[in-house]
Amino acid sequence: MKYEAKLENVTVLGAAGKMGSGILFLTAAEMTRQKFLPENKNRDFTLYALDTSNRALSGLISYIREQAWRFAEKNIVALRKTYHDRADLIDNEHIIRQYAQDLLSIIRPVTRMESAFDSNIIFEAVSENPDLKVQLMSTINKNNPNKPWFFTNTSAIPISWLDEQAGLNGRIMGVHFYNPPAVQKLLEVVKTENTRPELSYFVAEYIKNLKKIYVPSYDVAGFIGNGYFMRDILFAERMVNELKENFSYVQAVYMVNKITQDFLIRPMGIFQLVDYVGIDVVQFIMSVMKPYAIKENIHSTLIENHINNIVKGGQYPDGRQKDGIFKYEKGQITAVYDPDKKRYFNVSEFSNECDEYLGELPEGWQTWRKINRDSEKDEKLKKYFENLRLSKKPGAQLAMEYLRKFREIASELVKNKVAFKFDDVNAVLLHGFHHAYGPVNDYI
Amino acid sequence: MIIYKIVMSQMSLSFIKSPENNSSMKLRKKVYMIAGYNTISMGTGRSEFHPKKPRPGLEDYIKEAGENVLSQIGGAKNVDECVIANFIASRYNKQANLAAFFPYIDPNLTYKPCIRVEGACATGGLGLATGIKSILAETADVVLVVGVEVQNSVKAVYGADILAAAGWYKERKDGHAHFFPGKFSDRAGAYFEKYGRGKTRKAMARWYTNAIENARLCPTAQEFENSQKNLEQLALTEPNPNMFVDHLNVYDCSKVSDGASGIAIVSEEGLKRCGISKKDAIEVVGLGQAEYDLTKAPDDPVRLTTTDLAVKKALEMAGINHQKLATVECHDCFTIAAIMAVEAMGFAKPGEGSDFILEGHTSREGKIPFNTTGGLIGWGHPTGATGVHQAVTIWEQLTQRAGQSQIKIPTARPYALSVNMGGDDKTLVSIVYKKC
Repeated sequence: MKYEAKLENVTVLGAAGKMGSGILFLTAAEMTRQKFLPENKNRDFTLYALDTSNRALSGLISYIREQAWRFAEKNIVALRKTYHDRADLIDNEHIIRQYAQDLLSIIRPVTRMESAFDSNIIFEAVSENPDLKVQLMSTINKNNPNKPWFFTNTSAIPISWLDEQAGLNGRIMGVHFYNPPAVQKLLEVVKTENTRPELSYFVAEYIKNLKKIYVPSYDVAGFIGNGYFMRDILFAERMVNELKENFSYVQAVYMVNKITQDFLIRPMGIFQLVDYVGIDVVQFIMSVMKPYAIKENIHSTLIENHINNIVKGGQYPDGRQKDGIFKYEKGQITAVYDPDKKRYFNVSEFSNECDEYLGELPEGWQTWRKINRDSEKDEKLKKYFENLRLSKKPGAQLAMEYLRKFREIASELVKNKVAFKFDDVNAVLLHGFHHAYGPVNDYI
Repeated sequence: MIIYKIVMSQMSLSFIKSPENNSSMKLRKKVYMIAGYNTISMGTGRSEFHPKKPRPGLEDYIKEAGENVLSQIGGAKNVDECVIANFIASRYNKQANLAAFFPYIDPNLTYKPCIRVEGACATGGLGLATGIKSILAETADVVLVVGVEVQNSVKAVYGADILAAAGWYKERKDGHAHFFPGKFSDRAGAYFEKYGRGKTRKAMARWYTNAIENARLCPTAQEFENSQKNLEQLALTEPNPNMFVDHLNVYDCSKVSDGASGIAIVSEEGLKRCGISKKDAIEVVGLGQAEYDLTKAPDDPVRLTTTDLAVKKALEMAGINHQKLATVECHDCFTIAAIMAVEAMGFAKPGEGSDFILEGHTSREGKIPFNTTGGLIGWGHPTGATGVHQAVTIWEQLTQRAGQSQIKIPTARPYALSVNMGGDDKTLVSIVYKKC
């Protein structure tokens, strides 16, 4: 069956979630694009947005409408050509409104799983619960006569395990979007030994049409992204424990976050990133990866302590950050949570002592935002890291230790056949995590 | 009706034929400009600007510009008439009847005659022309002119719809998403084809560089804080037709701006009333206006024929040639428009505008410095204010008030020229000014 024929009937599972809604929008945009092609004028495109709650689905439509408007605004040059034959659509605004209507007309918000029984393609984006994923895919597979293809957004669960448990006979592939899917350029794609080649062809065209980039990963729990991220968290926790010998817990957390954000010029510190992703999500990913990591213990006591106190981080539906390891005001960190004392401590009460201990940032430092926009980024990073290396200040020394670990994690991912090559790890860190540089670099 | 006839008869007498040249006319009485003021040109590039945060509104810009002119001329009591120049607040800001904002500037302007004028991007120039004609018609000795536009109220993609009103509405459907960049991209394409792309693109990049470097000297300029290195290299970025237009990149275009400019136009009596000496004034010695049919495409896409005519009229009325000019404010809404304007104004032959710019003649150290505070590309382009901003810049330069951006005004060349263009070379206002 041709690509466009496969796209005629698609279901997104978990469509109202953060990842599902993004995947739903991107797929709707691609189906709308197909609908406008002259050769597809007799095709009907239907996209089921399947989730458990009608309330969430109503919010979903608002989100999709907003995304459709933004997409149309950005692509107005092409859309004016698409709608050229419509004499009633004159202004950009008329065209943008019409595009949003056309895109929304493809989507059917539903709460009954039966809707997926006619689909050719199933995008799975429910929570990282292996049993739930298996149950959903297995049920759809048994009741759908079209032998549908399954594309799972799991960022941790081995695809071959899902394939086997759900009885999909190779009709499954990992297509892991980064958060938020509508914005992030990167996808990780994971084939198993049994994945049917036609799925790969479809995914390659789908990703190309979305103007995204992808990195292939071996079918190993956590893949490249979380394979790196979870180990990054564990190393940060180790550093917190070392610093705790001379500082309080909240000071140690504050300092490691500062080292990772400022000294290493990252978009956010490691613990802020944990809050962004959600502490519970991180714990879930670790629990999925743990059984597969024989030589190491993928478990974080720091994460567990927060969950035990029902401190979860994550984001509100409008994108605002919930409190987690840190408390936030207008997006800024204002306090650090101490799970033992079960309360937040204001950063202003202890940050001076920490900043003094870490020392000033080495010469040549620039913010992550600024360095990324700098046309001489590589040269400036080289100079900065040289100064970092020469500095005797504790902050710089700890940052150097982190950089070496950063490279070691990347090496292990390649050595242990999680990533095919170093460039792929770098690509994930650059495009998925938006680091200014990859772990395999010439700076150390 | 009787009053109207009297005014019309006065206006018909306002221009008298030049004894040197039967085809041109001279102003029948002295007209001066004084007390100029520019607000900041607000928009991307200014650190104060954030698209999602509250910003000053239309009335705030009008008030700021108006009050600052009034404070220099002894207050509102000295004003006889007011002119507000605004292109299209009715769509950007859902606001019409702008003349009624004058009493908001100062209660002493209540009940005074006020008028609003519009001519797309030449609106400011038309505001000045209207003020000049009030002086010539002797209905006023002091006219307060304020130009204003607040365009960051909508995203640029919707602003393109609004600005397209400067063209013929029947062309909108087949026009580019970015309507006016599309028009001038087409002109650039034709120019490249006729005169070669390489050199022209270099000249466009040089124009951009000069504009930003000049803007960096003017604290109210939108690009004042621009610290980008390698401007010329940046300006040579290849156009991306998939996202924008075929032959222009974003650096070739003036930005979306909010801002206002104000100036007072006065007679000799007006000068006295305001207590301003001539050394603080500039004299208007030439006014050239021209219109082209809005429903027609340009006769020749590589020439700005209406600009050519308006400038000729202004220079003829002033009775001077190019050698007498110390500076020029030209309407560089796009870099390609600047090259064509250099040719249309007669500084270079057709096809040689690029050479003129690349040889450095338009830079602030060149033969004839253009757009000394950045022009539309560097200073900004709050549409209705632009023509007034040009006059204010010239007033600053000729009265030695231009601060860091001050250029030398040679004694032998005491004149300056402004050219304000509305639409695609449709509505033109050109003014020649003289240092007093």
